[in-house]
Amino acid sequence: MALDVEAIREDFPILRRKVNGKRIAYLDNAATSQKPLAVLEAMERYYRTCNANVHRGTHRLSEEATDAYEKARANIAGFINAQPEEIIFTKNATEALNLVASVVCRQAKEGQRILLTQMEHHSNIVPWQIWAAERGLELGYAEIGEGFSLSGQSVLEGLSGSPLIFSFTHISNVLGTINDAAWLCRKARQAGAYSCVDAAQSVPHMQVDVREMGCDFLAFSGHKMLGPMGIGVLYMRRRLQECLPPFLGGGDMISSVGFERSYWNAPPRKYEAGTPNVAGAIGLSAAIDYLRRVGMGKIARHEKELARLCVERLEAIGKARIYGPKKRAGLVSFNIGSVHAHDAAAFADGEGVQIRAGHHCAMPLVRMLGEAATCRASFYLYNTEEEVERLSHAMRKAQRALG
Amino acid sequence: MDMMDAERIYRENILDHYKRPRRYGRMEGADAESEGANPVCGDEIRVWLKLKGERIEDARFEAAACAICTASASMLLEQVVGKKTRQALGMGRQEVLALLGINPGPARLKCALLPLEVLKAALKKPASKGGGKDAGKG
Repeated sequence: MALDVEAIREDFPILRRKVNGKRIAYLDNAATSQKPLAVLEAMERYYRTCNANVHRGTHRLSEEATDAYEKARANIAGFINAQPEEIIFTKNATEALNLVASVVCRQAKEGQRILLTQMEHHSNIVPWQIWAAERGLELGYAEIGEGFSLSGQSVLEGLSGSPLIFSFTHISNVLGTINDAAWLCRKARQAGAYSCVDAAQSVPHMQVDVREMGCDFLAFSGHKMLGPMGIGVLYMRRRLQECLPPFLGGGDMISSVGFERSYWNAPPRKYEAGTPNVAGAIGLSAAIDYLRRVGMGKIARHEKELARLCVERLEAIGKARIYGPKKRAGLVSFNIGSVHAHDAAAFADGEGVQIRAGHHCAMPLVRMLGEAATCRASFYLYNTEEEVERLSHAMRKAQRALG
Repeated sequence: MDMMDAERIYRENILDHYKRPRRYGRMEGADAESEGANPVCGDEIRVWLKLKGERIEDARFEAAACAICTASASMLLEQVVGKKTRQALGMGRQEVLALLGINPGPARLKCALLPLEVLKAALKKPASKGGGKDAGKG
């Protein structure tokens, strides 16, 4: 059964907007997704009816807010097959990855290695660079091999140096490459390294099971999966929560504080200092309910079909350079002839089609492709074939004017 | 209402300067040079100058950039050759937008202004043989 896209679109008020007199075609979902009414209403309901600080008050509102916050945590845990206490709320995937880098590297010895890949987003490169400089650690990158996929051999070579941690993206936000996360985690474990998965582009679009994957850490953002901005998640394996140090210090992450030293609260609160984003957690939980109702398998198939059509239409324009494997996630990076990506995106915008142009926060990778910038169309459950056709039409116009 | 944004921005004169940029190409033995990049969209541009006293005698550029940025560089350099350096340093956003004849909107303003920024940087620093490498930031 295919998705009832028209019914789904009814739930997203923003999609009724017009840009330049044209109905909006939102194809920048890898950057952030739109929000359904169910999410907006859940957050509003929280602020209207039970807003209070959590884990503190002994009054009714605080109890209700705490209950809603912890229910959201449990719901999110269930979505990726984790235990509720293994879910740490952060601001976004970037903060989650910074948390991992901080707690892992602070205990590292000089000269230890960190293994990343050539297809990482800046958020899975820069935190490690900061800590590598601070602690005298070495950075290595597993290479991209044939067909825009990670080279298995390069991964094994990188792991043969027994790095402290292997941190990699599940799905490349530029190429759409879907990495075999379970295999990569297994190889990391065999090499004695922690495994950390940047799942910002995968959890919103496919069923992810942390037990099956076998990762130690997994990070994602709420706003890319129909949830609000400002809420992200770090899954951290229970065993590690006990032995790794805390991240930020402050209220709620302690069990007792003295002038000399303090004692940490039980995880996950050990990793959540200060007043959390309760409304954000509730919004994300509502987003997950929405995604579950539609079905992750159906969403993944729908997006892949749109990506396939998109590649077909762009190839027909001629002089299109399309980056990414044949078996790709629901996103397509490309350039058309000599048309600069920024100009191409301006032509798309003229047709109401919203695409990204730039380096997609992955400058080293885009440079490797030999491009200063690429265009990227990224799909979600509410996108249609007609929107792909409009993108193709706009790219033909850009090619005629500037090519 | 069918007047599209893209068509408003990509007017004849802009396309002309984009497809046939004036003062394009590397300059040997320049008295001043500078390069700059727009990290958001990946525009990169390099400017070379020949100076005689207070005057800009010649100016050249090379760019891997969008149409707005390339056209802006082409028009700007055409404009400043023969002018006093002080006049070029006194130019701002208004002068550049007047040359282009459009307001490219907030998202593209940086593209339009990058060439002026790089020109001014070149005027403010003496040439270093071999050229500086300071483009691109994180």
